[in-house]
Amino acid sequence: MEILILLLALFVLSLFLGVELIVKVPPTLHTPLMSGTNAVSGITLVGALLAAGSDTSPMLVNVLGFLAVTFATINVIGGYLVTNRMLSMFKRK
Amino acid sequence: MSPLIVNLVYLVAGILFILGIKGLTKPSTAVRGNLLSATGMLIAVVITLLNSEIVNFSYIIAGVLFGGAVGAFMALRIQMTSMPQMVALLNGFGGGASLTIASAEYFSVLNIDAHLFADLLEPVALGADAFGLGAVGQVTLISIGLTILIGAVTLTGSLVAFAKLQGLIKRNVGLPGGPLGNALLLIGALTALVCILINPSQAVTILALVALALLLGLFLVLPIGGADMPVVIALLNSYSGLAAALAGFILGNTVLIVAGSLVGTSGLILTKIMCVAMNRSLGNVLFGKMAAAGEVVDADEIYAGKVTSAQPDEVAMMLEVAKRVVIVPGYGMAMAQAQHAVRELADSMESRGIEVEYGIHPVAGRMPGHMNVLLAEAEVPYDKLVEMDCINPTFEDTDVVIVIGANDVTNPMAREAEGSPIYGMPILNVDKAKNVVVIKRSLSPGFAGLPNPLFAMDHTLMVYGDGKKAVVEMTTALNHS
Repeated sequence: MEILILLLALFVLSLFLGVELIVKVPPTLHTPLMSGTNAVSGITLVGALLAAGSDTSPMLVNVLGFLAVTFATINVIGGYLVTNRMLSMFKRK
Repeated sequence: MSPLIVNLVYLVAGILFILGIKGLTKPSTAVRGNLLSATGMLIAVVITLLNSEIVNFSYIIAGVLFGGAVGAFMALRIQMTSMPQMVALLNGFGGGASLTIASAEYFSVLNIDAHLFADLLEPVALGADAFGLGAVGQVTLISIGLTILIGAVTLTGSLVAFAKLQGLIKRNVGLPGGPLGNALLLIGALTALVCILINPSQAVTILALVALALLLGLFLVLPIGGADMPVVIALLNSYSGLAAALAGFILGNTVLIVAGSLVGTSGLILTKIMCVAMNRSLGNVLFGKMAAAGEVVDADEIYAGKVTSAQPDEVAMMLEVAKRVVIVPGYGMAMAQAQHAVRELADSMESRGIEVEYGIHPVAGRMPGHMNVLLAEAEVPYDKLVEMDCINPTFEDTDVVIVIGANDVTNPMAREAEGSPIYGMPILNVDKAKNVVVIKRSLSPGFAGLPNPLFAMDHTLMVYGDGKKAVVEMTTALNHS
């Protein structure tokens, strides 16, 4: 139970931190912000790896894990690469 | 690897994500921020792979190779004008990842060795604490249910958004009964969630939840289109983060919670900015029809005999004597791929000593920041891109405003016509400038379905035709004069 409270505290504090951080992002960078945070949400890859790599689970779990790894990797690789591509255009000047 | 070290590394990853987003607050530090964030991702993944529970690498390698190839291909090949589609797809995959993780977590507890679909429908004997002791078990089940719900809505909603932006779905149709149909789907999904809480051993309720949530995402976005897309994209962005944070509660994983909630707030804030810029509530965008309200305005009455059209070379003559010009781009510029032509026109004007700036409305285009990315691609310096609130006071000192492919965001009715559906929406006050040039294919209305009195004003010139062609002709005429 204590661990749940800790996780909840972490969640709520992160929400507040998120507000403080995001309101400072200028409109010019809103598209890279979306693709960049998209890449961050690919952190689900961490959970996907655990589901896909377990040997004790039935095959269904591994297959769902494989799908999750695929989805999350598209997010991570695609998200960071496309954000980098966009941001390099802004940097040129 | 001890859980202590794993969690410490997750903490470092979380810090890197935060520093990464902080980097995005300035264009000069943004690239480095993105790299910091990517580094955080890399170490979080590597430390997870060292976990002793991971023994079977075949599914992982297959997924990473396949997903990595698809992601890299998309990221490197996509055109900047198609960026809204790309973001929509990424949102969808994020939702899909959370959906599949939550389902995997559920079925790993159920431990059904399913070979046929029918095997899934058999009830399983479960201990009372299968998902955790007491409240922990309940929270885990609620998290699984909510992750599936939000993840599935994000997945299908984003795919529909993608199809609409790509022009694959052109009609905006919803369920009969509109919001009521969606409400029924949501109630159905929540009922399934409660059933899972009461009796987690019935896999059929999870399958029902998945199906209802997938349908809800579909019908939530199907009726929405056009200029409302920025809100939808931002909202789905938020959902994909929320789903990730909830997945963190299932797995008790701190880095998922931190990263997911950062993404969730980011999307929510963008959603709010978009709604404010359209003077509409979120509910109105999701369930309402914009043009349904207000009195019908007769376009002929506004336009008849009052619209002046001009050729590009006439505009060039006007630009020659101007001191300050503001360019107002809209979705039409993206459609015409005119961003490079616009930059060349601006270069030509600047070489004559004319001051050129760009006025950017927050909802111009199909996603937050759409115009900025396009103009950055055309190598327009970002300090030339001026936000609505900053550019509006300067219009009175502006000799010529060139509106290219924008309509509703310049409509003075939003300021003056009480009872108009767009009344109260903040607009770019381009009509205050000494001269206005509107490049447009025809007098057809914008997304709001309203005529634009700006086009009929005495100091407004309409240049009909393709945006790119018209701008190129202006540049040529200006260079030869």
